[in-house]
Amino acid sequence: MSVNINIRNITKSFGEIQALNNVSLDIDQGELFGFIGPDGSGKTSLFRILTSLLLPDTGTVSVDGLDVVKDFKKIRNITGYMPGRFSLYADLSVEENLNFYASIFNTSVKENYDLIKDIYSHIEPFKKRKVHALSGGMKQKLALSCALVHKPSLLILDEPTTGVDAVSRMEFWELLKKMQKINITILVSTPYMDEASLCDRVALMQNGNLLAVNTPQQIIKQYKQQIFAVKTDNMHPLVADLERMNKEALVYRFGESIHVSSNAYDLELFESELKTNLSKLNHKDIRINKISPLIEDCFLALMDKNVVE
Amino acid sequence: MLQIIFIIPVAQLLILAYAVTFEIKNVRFITIDHDRSTHSKKLINKFNGSAFFEYKGNAENYEEAEEMIISDKADQVLVIEPGFGKKLNTERTGSVQVITNAINGNAASLMSAYATSIIADYNREIIIEQNPVNFTGLPIDTKPSFWYNPELDYITYMVPGILVLLVTIIGMFLSGMNLVKEKEIGTIEQINVTPIKKYQFIAGKLIPFWVIANIDLAFGLVIAKLVFNIPIIGSLPLLFFVASIYLVVILSFGLLISTLTNTMQQSMFISWFFLVIFILMSGLFTPIESMPQWAQMIDTINPVAYFIKINRMIMLKGSGFMDFQREFWILIVYAIGMFIFSTMRYRKTA
Repeated sequence: MSVNINIRNITKSFGEIQALNNVSLDIDQGELFGFIGPDGSGKTSLFRILTSLLLPDTGTVSVDGLDVVKDFKKIRNITGYMPGRFSLYADLSVEENLNFYASIFNTSVKENYDLIKDIYSHIEPFKKRKVHALSGGMKQKLALSCALVHKPSLLILDEPTTGVDAVSRMEFWELLKKMQKINITILVSTPYMDEASLCDRVALMQNGNLLAVNTPQQIIKQYKQQIFAVKTDNMHPLVADLERMNKEALVYRFGESIHVSSNAYDLELFESELKTNLSKLNHKDIRINKISPLIEDCFLALMDKNVVE
Repeated sequence: MLQIIFIIPVAQLLILAYAVTFEIKNVRFITIDHDRSTHSKKLINKFNGSAFFEYKGNAENYEEAEEMIISDKADQVLVIEPGFGKKLNTERTGSVQVITNAINGNAASLMSAYATSIIADYNREIIIEQNPVNFTGLPIDTKPSFWYNPELDYITYMVPGILVLLVTIIGMFLSGMNLVKEKEIGTIEQINVTPIKKYQFIAGKLIPFWVIANIDLAFGLVIAKLVFNIPIIGSLPLLFFVASIYLVVILSFGLLISTLTNTMQQSMFISWFFLVIFILMSGLFTPIESMPQWAQMIDTINPVAYFIKINRMIMLKGSGFMDFQREFWILIVYAIGMFIFSTMRYRKTA
């Protein structure tokens, strides 16, 4: 039912811009696979190649043994795609959109109602409403329903949670987890790094390159540095001050504190030096905590390394 | 949107039918009468009595007359030389000069023709007056008879053409904007990943507009009959049959433009480009026969010209299918060709 995907040496450029640079990747059957990366990292281009909307310059992609260029007709029958931009007909009602996409795939809403029930039940009370009058979260649920209505074995979601409130985002991920159980391979891209930990495996992308492909746990495990969360009474100049003091370390804002990652040999010494240097610069009420890294810390470190190299 | 689709053609028909006319009324006409005899008075009175002329007075000399033309107070000047009356009485000849403002060449030749016919009329009167006994008429007597439009009513000629114009504009713009709009708002992306066939998609786009344009045509025909009392002599089913084929040409043309462009702005410009050329060269305003050879060559690929011709033939002359066979088969070939072409140009991949 679900499919595996083999991506081999995919390259795609638009004029001067290298959107994808020699990307190779294998995705297993029934995986919930996440693509994490900032805007312009090549996530959408890769998805458009997977859905046969875009032809790669070089390289091959096969979905369940089918080539995306040669067998695109077969692939379109088994793929559900939800583009990053909301792409349903705003002047049709919720119900009309769903029926329309069901009939294009030669099926009916009734036939696959079990599959979409969990999602569609959220918006069913509004089924007579025109789509342009729906909220962002409801639009996403409808788009997901439409992508699922033909019972695809591969579901590709391009930034489904962008612009959706935090509660709806969590709901959305719960739905994806549920769907995974009914044996659909799911690819999701997102610019939100915290969502990475919800995937089985993630690929970190930047400037068309794959920086890391692994399970979230493994990515955290491979992180060797120590992170210090720093807070003082005067947060405003703190980033600049810390950067000046620690040329080697990576310094970035993280929530309410500033994270400093260090690979110093003697961490105790590093911490006390940090404290004395900060008080010299008139920072008071200095709090420094050693913390264990989150997946965001790992990504930021990987991306920083990629830029430096 | 639906109201617009129906209100615009009606407004177009009502405005254009009345406004677009080559008839010239109220030609502002002045004289330079150097003669001031009974003969010159009589001639001026003849002009004055005509419905086409509006007498604006006598100018003393050329300068004054020219001034009036320059300041756009007069269109035409009749110059009568001194001794005109006397010469007519004694030598039986005389000459007058007619000066016409020819900025608008079309209007000028019409004004000049009106003036000439009035003078010719006056000529006849003089001949009869001077020779009442021997006058037996001119050697050739012309009795013109105008078929299919006996009163030479311009509206009768224009309305069938304007009907074509309005379904063309509606069809071309609705289809030309539609697909490209889906590209702009992104809905095409979702369609493209489905297994829908290209021809199914293009046909799905075409059919609703085809229905709308046919309803528009029916609407226009009702107005043509009720408001303008245009005779519809030929068969209405035949007219709609030809219109249906023609609309496939126009709608496919619009959809083709839509598949080739990426924004509504581009599509708009290209649609306008073709519409303006097609319409101005369609024979709606000026007969195709009077266009230069190369223009007539271009018109062989102008679908609007074919349908205007057929529409006038059916509505005004009651022509049957056999009378416009050639034009009809050209439209059929055109329709099939354009549909296939626009289907081929529609790409489901970027």
